[in-house]
Amino acid sequence: MVSYAFALILLLTLVAYFAARRQASVVGRSVGASMHSRPTYHGFNAAIWACAPPLIIVLVWVLFQDAVINRMILGLFDADRIAAMSSAERSLLISEIRQLAAGRQFGTPGEDLLAAAQTLNGWTWLAHVSMVVIVGVIGALGLVLGVRAIAPRYRARHSVELSLNIFMVFCSFVAVFTTIGIIASLVFESIQFFMRVPASEFFFGTRWEPQIPIRADQVAGSGAFGAIPVFVGTFVIATIAMVFAVPIGLMSAVYLTEYADVRVRSVVKPLLEILAGVPTVVYGFFAVLIVAPLIRDFGTGLGLSVAPRSALAAGGVMAIMLIPFISSLSDDALAAVPRALREGSYAMGATKGETIRKVLLPAALPGIMGGILLALSRAIGETMIVVMAAGLIASMNINPLDSVTTVTVQIVTLLIGDTAFDNPKTLSAFALGLMLFIITLFLNVIALSIVRKYREKY
Amino acid sequence: MNMLTEASIEQKLSPMKNEPRIKMRGDKVTVHYGEKQALFGVDLQIPEHQVTALIGPSGCGKSTFLRCLNRMNDTIDGCRVGGKVTLDQEDVYDPKIDVVELRARVGMVFQKPNPFPKSIYENIAYGPRIHGLTKSKAEMDEVVEKSLRKAAIWDEVKDRLSESGTGLSGGQQQRLCIARAIAVSPEVILMDEPCSALDPIATAKVEELIDELRQNYTIVIVTHSMQQAARVSQRTAMFHIGYLVEEGPTDKMFTNPDDKRTQDYITGRFG
Repeated sequence: MVSYAFALILLLTLVAYFAARRQASVVGRSVGASMHSRPTYHGFNAAIWACAPPLIIVLVWVLFQDAVINRMILGLFDADRIAAMSSAERSLLISEIRQLAAGRQFGTPGEDLLAAAQTLNGWTWLAHVSMVVIVGVIGALGLVLGVRAIAPRYRARHSVELSLNIFMVFCSFVAVFTTIGIIASLVFESIQFFMRVPASEFFFGTRWEPQIPIRADQVAGSGAFGAIPVFVGTFVIATIAMVFAVPIGLMSAVYLTEYADVRVRSVVKPLLEILAGVPTVVYGFFAVLIVAPLIRDFGTGLGLSVAPRSALAAGGVMAIMLIPFISSLSDDALAAVPRALREGSYAMGATKGETIRKVLLPAALPGIMGGILLALSRAIGETMIVVMAAGLIASMNINPLDSVTTVTVQIVTLLIGDTAFDNPKTLSAFALGLMLFIITLFLNVIALSIVRKYREKY
Repeated sequence: MNMLTEASIEQKLSPMKNEPRIKMRGDKVTVHYGEKQALFGVDLQIPEHQVTALIGPSGCGKSTFLRCLNRMNDTIDGCRVGGKVTLDQEDVYDPKIDVVELRARVGMVFQKPNPFPKSIYENIAYGPRIHGLTKSKAEMDEVVEKSLRKAAIWDEVKDRLSESGTGLSGGQQQRLCIARAIAVSPEVILMDEPCSALDPIATAKVEELIDELRQNYTIVIVTHSMQQAARVSQRTAMFHIGYLVEEGPTDKMFTNPDDKRTQDYITGRFG
């Protein structure tokens, strides 16, 4: 039914556009050359009039329809009985009725439920039909108003401009609201978690053993939710990755912009950027099957004991993944530094290296920092490579040759398989996610303020 | 050479007593940008402690010639320079010449003021620092002050040396760039239309400055303004589509040029 509504809106929009354009050219011809806006603008304007209000109505309708109908269904039952139910029981009842209405019947439901399901179907149908009708009426009204508004001095150009502005504001707010929604979901689940596990244990505990006893008398069943070891693991791997990725990425960017000749650049730059397109799973098995054994053999050769899954392997491979982020953004930032600054420096008798170190890099700092930050966020949030290559046991150590686990790996393992949203094991994933989010946000803020302080604005 | 006394400067400046020494010399200089030839065998002498103006219509090769003098053309891909350019009889295109040292001796000021996005102090200190000209902070302070004074901008910026050079006005920025060039004590200063981005008042200040700088430096200036060439230069060279048309004392060039094209250009009939 909703698709009928959309089809209707599309139809009205097209009709409005062509009718208004036609009408505008007729009016234009009759008054000579003094039309304020060209016929196309009148067409767009009428089209917007015909489609924007019904679209908004459909969106709101779809958002609230189910909630309203649910409430009405509950009204069918005995008020005292409903009042006595908890909210979970109420939603269970509703979903049972909805299942019945959709024709999925389990066991023998009560007569009242079957009746309710039938009523529900009737209401849903009514709601859809009335939605289509209302949309049609409003759209047609908009169409008529839009076409009738056409007059020589009517400012359709500005009106279209305004509608576009509003649309752009809406688009940018979609991202903002999504972010808020993500934070909210993390926060609510985290609150649930902290109601079960004390915050002091989570923030300061040094043991991470997120298991939950199934039976009360189970041996070693009590879990420990100290997040420090997990964050240490993330920190170790991200540090290793950045230690390799930043110099390599930055140096390759400097080489490509300042030294490489055009032919080398045109080959090497796309090749570097291919690295960004390799799926992280592929990096993951590259790390496990090739890099980790290599590091292990090498370490054994030196007389070191290396775990089969080491932080070094995961971090090193992650660094390869990050190189294109840093090099590509730094490359753009360096290339954007005006030629005049380079020439000014060369004319002072500076060598190429001096010019790069003292003039180009400081001037390109904001862009370079942007690249590094993006890479750091990726390093902290990267999951697949570490799931495959780093290991699962949370241990408090910073030895890069040992196996470590990271926040993202733990979140994955916590949420795989049976999840129950009433025990701390599952909920701890959200607390970890929230912490991770706050940390990356914090890093971003710090880095941006550093950039603002030290940037050299050309 | 830098230790000239006032008297010897007078002597050098007075063409009556003896001809000024030739500081730089271009000998059959040709320049190709890729396939395109931009200069065709230019012979030009730059006398010491004088201002030599290069004039001519756009695209005539005057900037190209200027950039040959400190090998700034090296930074352009596909640019080839032929012939010979000498500084104090030394061939500047000799492989033995260190281009970095050459540019310290032959400084340059560009058409658009291009201060580094650093503080005013750091802009001036940049050159002395990379060439290791000073040993202490105090010495550097002195160099910075002296350069800014010589560029007639000290009084305007002395209280805000730590502010960014890009925050100055266009005219101040250009004088800052001149101060920056002076800071490494060059022998020759090349100026590529230094006033074209400036308003008349800032232009007047820079022109005044050029006239003062002539005492200590040899100056070559590219300009599109005939009045400017007449005001600041002692010698003028006229370029046209890659050829040197004629050159001579500015007075003569502006009153009684040998070549018809020079006369037409100066009087505004073409260009």
